[in-house]
Amino acid sequence: MLGLVLLAFWALAVVVSGTKIFPSPMDVVRGLLELARRKLLWAYMGDSLFRVACGYLAAVAIGIPVGLAMGWWSSLARAANPVIQMLRPISPLAWMPLAVIWFGVSNLAPIFLIFLASVFPIIVATMNGVRNVPPMYVQAGRNFGLSTRALITRVLFPAILPRILVGLRIAFGVAWLVLVAAEMIAVDSGLGYLIIDARNAGKRYDLVVGGMLLIGLLGLILDTLIRRAETLRAVRWAFHE
Amino acid sequence: MKVHFDSIGMRFGGVRVLDDINLSVNAGEFVCILGPSGCGKSTLLNIVGGFVTPTEGRVTIDGEPVTGPDPRRIFVFQERGVFPWLTVEENIGFGLFRQKDDEKRARIARYVQLVGLQGFERSYPRELSGGMKQRLEVARALAVDPDVLYLDEPFGALDSITRLQMRRELLRIWQAERKTILFVTHDIEESVQLADRVVVLSARPGRVRRVVDVNLAHPRDLSDPRYIALRDEIFGEIGLAHQI
Amino acid sequence: MLGIAVAVAAWQLAVAASPRTLVPTPWQTLRAIGELAEKGLLVRYVVASLFRVTWGYLAAVAVAVPAGVTLGLSRRGDSAVNPILQILRPISPLAWIPIGILWFGVGDAAAIFLIFLASVLPLTTATVEAVHNLEGVHLAAGRNFGLSHAELVRSVVVPGILPQLIVAMRITLGIAWLVVVAAEMIAVNSGLGFLIVDARNAGNRYDLVVAGMVLIGLIGIGLDLLMRRLERLPSVRWGYAAE
Repeated sequence: MLGLVLLAFWALAVVVSGTKIFPSPMDVVRGLLELARRKLLWAYMGDSLFRVACGYLAAVAIGIPVGLAMGWWSSLARAANPVIQMLRPISPLAWMPLAVIWFGVSNLAPIFLIFLASVFPIIVATMNGVRNVPPMYVQAGRNFGLSTRALITRVLFPAILPRILVGLRIAFGVAWLVLVAAEMIAVDSGLGYLIIDARNAGKRYDLVVGGMLLIGLLGLILDTLIRRAETLRAVRWAFHE
Repeated sequence: MKVHFDSIGMRFGGVRVLDDINLSVNAGEFVCILGPSGCGKSTLLNIVGGFVTPTEGRVTIDGEPVTGPDPRRIFVFQERGVFPWLTVEENIGFGLFRQKDDEKRARIARYVQLVGLQGFERSYPRELSGGMKQRLEVARALAVDPDVLYLDEPFGALDSITRLQMRRELLRIWQAERKTILFVTHDIEESVQLADRVVVLSARPGRVRRVVDVNLAHPRDLSDPRYIALRDEIFGEIGLAHQI
Repeated sequence: MLGIAVAVAAWQLAVAASPRTLVPTPWQTLRAIGELAEKGLLVRYVVASLFRVTWGYLAAVAVAVPAGVTLGLSRRGDSAVNPILQILRPISPLAWIPIGILWFGVGDAAAIFLIFLASVLPLTTATVEAVHNLEGVHLAAGRNFGLSHAELVRSVVVPGILPQLIVAMRITLGIAWLVVVAAEMIAVNSGLGFLIVDARNAGNRYDLVVAGMVLIGLIGIGLDLLMRRLERLPSVRWGYAAE
């Protein structure tokens, strides 16, 4: 409903301003159809999703265990935290030239950047989660004779899962942002590339806006999926009072 | 003699919180440790529970020194100790990971029954009232069949009506299961209603001021002159006249 | 401190152990920063980046906080505007680069616009959420004492949301800093992001690349510390007592 109002407003604004450059909604649809005919639409979306999936999942697989360990052993946190705090504020995109030296112009470079962008928020969220677990949960676990391993899997992990999920969502937002930038700079496929290429090669603003809409749409879908995870049985206790 | 405190002393930094605590608790006995806020009574319970190492003295249980927490002795926090991510039956089954499945199911069913949580087996703690959460935590403790229960102001967060019901429940369970119970409270009435013996601690540093035997049979009549006399004796010991 | 020393030593060792690497040593990086300072580029680029972040971010705060408070207090306004925010939010702000250049040309204004976009949406959403999280009794108490709407906002709503708002402001500033680097890599020809791309493209000067990264990191830490200082102000510290 509101979407229709916005579309109408957009179409009207284009007509009234008499712009020759900014596309109308119909131009954008036509542009996207053209991309689909040239078989680029699905290829670009697939490339972008593949990169974000690899980088992000690697960050999840490494960030959660590292965060757990740093939350649990405070000496480890004291040693590693300054390094993390030092690396974290370096915009992941600033690593681009180094990524290109290390990985060449390939899928690995953007994947590495996405990994860097998402791993730190995940580590920090997990570590803070462990530190904020009420001590009596851990005491109760010990009292029932749990081994350290069982304590981590049966008490610590479920207790911090809701916080981890929140961290995962924040990390995804950053990963998505970095994906687009990395594709604009480092590779020649994907939605970020589509946007920058459409502008540079012939000022095809219909494709620019089409690319933006696709990025927004995919981002919205993925964000919704992560939000859906917050209603899972294992974490619902923390989100719904 | 089940639990023996041998000259327990505790300092946190320069602050002495417990001083020369000597106490013996018999098997099956219900002992209340009573004292004002900050007298170190929770610390004492954490020491016997194995969560805190005393700076002086030691605790022995069945002749063995306490070196850490042990599933034969379960600590019950205020209802905050139940795991919010587990259902009622999962909470009760939490400590039963060494049991076979059918044994585990049987025990869960038995303790759901004992604490009166039938119909709530699949509920999560957030769906329970404070009193129900407290009963759940007691059931979780009892399910592993410990010899001793440590209760740290377990009913402190409940409203006064629920608190009275919970005391009755606890006595019923204690009589059915015959556990040794160490119960920390700052509520004088509560201690006299529940305990075989009340150990009165002084303010910081906590020392044993007095041990009062409560030789009244259960159920206790709260208007019985002997109950009132014992209660007023403790009020006097703590330095309060029992009037407003 | 020790952790950082070990990390720098590890960096040095890693470079020494791989003789043909293009990655500079810590010392070469330091010298590169010195070179930038000599040429007068250090101050110019740092100022250019900070200038863009400051204006884009402050404009976003100035728009987002009043807008968020208004939306948070008005159920109808929120349900009208929230869907728009939710549609715009997942569009990576960098995807707006061509549009930014189209509207503002290649220059500071385009970069500021991108930073504004990157900050305004999360800040508005966070403000609305903070208003929704206000204790109902505080609002009721304020009304009970006969406060007008404006007074209620000034003396109950704003102080009440401040702790949550400052955390959101800190996180958003981190994102704004990330976006300025990306925007400078693509859309303008000055600033630390430009330095990195330019150093690589013009002669593979990887010492300057890493120097740029170090500067970006240091300024990022500085901005983060600045915002954390705000979290220690007495008027917001009550909000974090539980952590």
